[in-house]
Amino acid sequence: MSDVVERTLTALPSLLSSDPSPGRPSSTSKLGTLIRGITELTSKHDEEKLIQRELVSIKEQVSSPNTTMRQMKELMVRAVYCEMLGYEASFSYIHAIKLAQQGTALDKRVGYLAVSLFLNESHELLLLLVNTVLKDLQSTNLIEVCMALTVVGQVFPKDMIPAILPMVEEKLNHPKEIIRRKAVLALYKFYLIAPNQVQHIHSKFRKALCDKDPGVMSASLHIYLEMVTEKPESYKDLVVSFVTILKQVVGGKLPIDFNYHSVPAPWLQIQLLRILSLLGKNDRSTSEMMYEVLDESLRRAEMNHNITYGLKALTYVVQQDANLALQHQMTIIECLDHADLIIKRETLELLFRITNGQNVKVIVEKLLEFLRHSKDDYVTIDLGGKVTELAEKYAPDNSWFIRTMNTVFLLVGDQMQPDIPNSFLRLLSEGFESAEEDQQLRLLAVDSYVSLLQEQPARLPQRFLQVISWVLGEYSSVKEGLEPATVLRLLAPLLDLRHCSSETKSWVLAAMTKLSAGPACLSVAQELAERHGGSLDTTLRQRLHELQHLASDGELLRRVLPCSDGLEPLEVDSTLSFLDGFVSEALAAGAAPYKPPHQRQEELAQEKALSVEPYGLSLPLSLSSSSIAGRLSPTVLSMSSGLSGNSTELSPKGGSALRLEGVTRVWGKEGYLAKAALKPEEAAKTEVPCPLSVLQEGGSAPRTPVVSLPAPAPGPSLQAEREKQQLASCLFMGLGSQGAAGPCLMGKAEPTRHGFRKKVKGQGSSSGARGPSGDSASSSPSPLSAQSAMDNLLCSSPLDSGSTPSPADSAPSPADSAPSPADSATSPADPAPHLPHDLPANNRPCDAQEDLTEDTDTSETVVEGNSVAVVDPYDPEPLCLSPHLPEELCGLPRSEIRPLCRDASLVLSACCVRTDHSSLLVVFVSNASDSAARRFALQMTSGDLEVSRVRGGPEEEEEHVEGHSVAVYQYSLVPTRPSVHMELAGRASYQRPDGEPQSTPFSYGLSLPDFIRPLSVSTEEYGRLWLASSNDIKQNLALLSQEPDPLRATLHRLRDRLQLNVVDIIASEGIVACQLLQGPPCLMHCRLNAGCLAVWLRSSLPELPDCLLYHCQRALAQH
Amino acid sequence: MIKFVLMVNRQGQTRLSRYYQPVELGKRAALEADVVRGCLYRKKEECSFVEYKDFKLVYRHYASLYIVVGITESENELSVYELVHNFVEVLDKYFSRVVSPIMFNMDKVHIILDEMIQNGHVVETNHSRILAPLSALDTLAHS
Repeated sequence: MSDVVERTLTALPSLLSSDPSPGRPSSTSKLGTLIRGITELTSKHDEEKLIQRELVSIKEQVSSPNTTMRQMKELMVRAVYCEMLGYEASFSYIHAIKLAQQGTALDKRVGYLAVSLFLNESHELLLLLVNTVLKDLQSTNLIEVCMALTVVGQVFPKDMIPAILPMVEEKLNHPKEIIRRKAVLALYKFYLIAPNQVQHIHSKFRKALCDKDPGVMSASLHIYLEMVTEKPESYKDLVVSFVTILKQVVGGKLPIDFNYHSVPAPWLQIQLLRILSLLGKNDRSTSEMMYEVLDESLRRAEMNHNITYGLKALTYVVQQDANLALQHQMTIIECLDHADLIIKRETLELLFRITNGQNVKVIVEKLLEFLRHSKDDYVTIDLGGKVTELAEKYAPDNSWFIRTMNTVFLLVGDQMQPDIPNSFLRLLSEGFESAEEDQQLRLLAVDSYVSLLQEQPARLPQRFLQVISWVLGEYSSVKEGLEPATVLRLLAPLLDLRHCSSETKSWVLAAMTKLSAGPACLSVAQELAERHGGSLDTTLRQRLHELQHLASDGELLRRVLPCSDGLEPLEVDSTLSFLDGFVSEALAAGAAPYKPPHQRQEELAQEKALSVEPYGLSLPLSLSSSSIAGRLSPTVLSMSSGLSGNSTELSPKGGSALRLEGVTRVWGKEGYLAKAALKPEEAAKTEVPCPLSVLQEGGSAPRTPVVSLPAPAPGPSLQAEREKQQLASCLFMGLGSQGAAGPCLMGKAEPTRHGFRKKVKGQGSSSGARGPSGDSASSSPSPLSAQSAMDNLLCSSPLDSGSTPSPADSAPSPADSAPSPADSATSPADPAPHLPHDLPANNRPCDAQEDLTEDTDTSETVVEGNSVAVVDPYDPEPLCLSPHLPEELCGLPRSEIRPLCRDASLVLSACCVRTDHSSLLVVFVSNASDSAARRFALQMTSGDLEVSRVRGGPEEEEEHVEGHSVAVYQYSLVPTRPSVHMELAGRASYQRPDGEPQSTPFSYGLSLPDFIRPLSVSTEEYGRLWLASSNDIKQNLALLSQEPDPLRATLHRLRDRLQLNVVDIIASEGIVACQLLQGPPCLMHCRLNAGCLAVWLRSSLPELPDCLLYHCQRALAQH
Repeated sequence: MIKFVLMVNRQGQTRLSRYYQPVELGKRAALEADVVRGCLYRKKEECSFVEYKDFKLVYRHYASLYIVVGITESENELSVYELVHNFVEVLDKYFSRVVSPIMFNMDKVHIILDEMIQNGHVVETNHSRILAPLSALDTLAHS
């Protein structure tokens, strides 16, 4: 088949003679000449020149009245070609519509084609097509009806659907299948762009589904796929229909010409399977209706043997039946050594699925090998997770497991998903059924880590160092003859590593603290304290201090860090009942009862909501402290309102009982339970495959006749072949005999072998005594042993953020300084260091930069190529103008450059620039024509503004604007009176080269913020100004309540948007000042009140507060 | 769904392009060059599916012509791979009868493609049905 095109391309001789249409030889050759011309070109520049020439010639011809429709068709094809190469041919759009309207037969079809290629749904010219479509739909010529329906199915203005909908619906009953089919596809388009418009014709969709013609029926499936995706439950009654259709298709009931290489309508099968998979998802009874036909489809779908693309299908199928992989083992082996990385990775994915206890070693070795050479972060992380999963599930022995995990830690490094080290540590600490095995595993881990540290610790990734530290801290005692001091000396150098993060250092120190018994250790500890005692990292210093302290006091060390073997789960009293005594004492002494933060917040809001008048509460207080009656200084107010800030005292709620519900539910042994407990379940969920999707994908492989796999032919590479077969027998071991050691496919339970993960998961049920929250805690992935859990409970240091392990408390005894309930509730937060959750972002390259440069390119060509259209007057900001901004104004805040007006030769644009003491309107006059605009003048007037020309002589001075140049005019604007919006009307007049006077009006809108400047005053000055101003206005404004500090965020938003100066923020109040350009100040006092910002504005100018308030509201409403 | 269909020659020049998701005119050339770079230089024995940004490419090579199809993550590569072949079979059927260089009849190739793919979905694969409208137009021109 690969010579198909070759044949047609080389079969030139009969080209002209057999061409049916008489006018086409020339047209073919014209497009042909263009294509050949372009093929021969070598540089992009030449191509551009050629295309521009071509476009000029097309443009000339399309507008000529003598052009026939046939020629027009040929021109449109060329225009399409030019546009396809990236050169806009917008002048031809209207002609394409004309061709569709006036042409006949193929010419008309090409007209429609060009329209569908040129215009997108929202293009306004498309409206001009509606009448043509209407006419053609009513045509007696079926071909024209067909064309109209085709274009409607491709591109049609959404708003015009009602105009043609009845006619399209009517076509559903047409005797010709092709018309019915096209009508269904047109309705499908309507459903895609405006589903509401076709809501009422659902019954007609059903009729189409039952159409006797398979083409019409399959067209209706597109609509059903969309609808089922959206709302599967509404279409369950159709399952039987879909199943019946599929059965008929698979059974070969369709006409023979629907077959593709003797497979009955494969694409139709795919479509049906997609719909069924959606309908059967999470619905057992519905799914059961499908099983038979799915089985049939799968049975008939033979594997595609082309190794280059059959793998994915195999991967999916294998999830259903691992034996299928057996038939293709040699193919898979070939793929493993394939040069194409994509194939290689797919192969590994497949191997991952067929892994079992017998082949795990070989498969993991293959995965690791790939991992070693992987440069793609995403692949590395993904494979790291896979290897870990396999190792935990199928590890044949302990030392293999430790070795494999070491490799994973080394290769994947710090990009590793955080749950890998977590679950690994949990595995070590929680152990399995046999204590002996556990000890052996730990011993192996300790052994391998000690030797790793002796070699080159500097090369180890952070995550791995953390794991090593923890394991050594907990279990180095398992190894007989390994002195704690030796371990300490191994760990100590890690603190000197430059790349060692503060977090890792904490792990290291935590481990050292656990081991620091005996005089030898004390000396190491003291050495360390001397060396790092001056560190700027406070956490580190605290840990050092703890280490030193505990190393010198063995008795205390044993109490704080009891040396247990960590096997029995720690009993945590998550109700914190041991603090009851402390709490009741504190309450008796007058302390406020604890309230969870959300409750506190609620009460605060409620309490505040009661006061209607914003200043009601503080008014009497400030009256007493201020001698000026009636005129209140906000600065005084802020001080007085601070006095009444303690809401908890005034709270009507909250008895003497300690509120525990909120605490126990959220916090537990592992920290934040709600999140932690969910994790493993989620993980388990993702492992369960959806059998339907499996089937769907598997069955979707277009079938080809059964071809048995070529048997490996004995030849010169016999040796290599034998090796491969050997590898195959290793890889596919255990796949054939499903019973005893069947492959553990995703989601299927492994009956015989108990992998690591399995045992750990089962542990929750076998563990004994636990606190109320114990069961949820058991499944959360914490590497915490009994010891370190205790540490965390002991730790009351405010420095401890909970993100680093806390091995010991600096306080000598827990009894001496009982932590307050609130503190201890937060400090046992996740004892595992928070491993960053950020996965690498999509490797989608950022092409914003590219786009930008491209844009500038096009704008430049627009300027140069003046034969084509010039700047679009409604371009948001003609990029080419900003360089013309006067030098002294560059860098100053300004509005975007907006077009003012344009005529044949001039384009006027303007922007407003704010300097400290003025607002300038900068007008750019660009003359794109070849001749100068003589005696150019600008006149501007405004009722709200005083306008004066800044540069040059007196106003209305006559000037010339040369061709292809940009002249810049500056006007200073001063508001005569404040107003929300200000309008500037103007007129540009000049003389055309032929002496004809030309005049164009324009207008430019400005708003108050263009004339607002920050006013910098001190708090005292502000107070004086406040008293001096009248014209009060009070209002509540929306608060940016999502921000952590709503008041500050809100005021800063106002500052940034409106150029206000935030003078001061005191507690829940803020004062803000600004000034009208060359006018009086306006002061604003803001106060948090019941979730709103209560503002009080004052100014000597009556209108100013009002206008400013309007803009404040707008600034806060925009997000 | 299908995002676009490209036909490019060996030099990487676009011979035909059809987009089913809006892509700005100015960005098409760069996208096409990028896509072509991703497919043309692959060896024959390498996989016909390429991951590209957030979507996938499926390509086939016929003599001096490459057909590259951009598809979304959820689309079935194999189905598209076969669809390309089906398309070429249809072209072969039509143009072996009319006999003229395919690319010089870009309009007709487009018309054929329009019958097969609409809005990025496969709407017809039956050869005779795909060619029916075009054949009707040809007969019309004859008479």
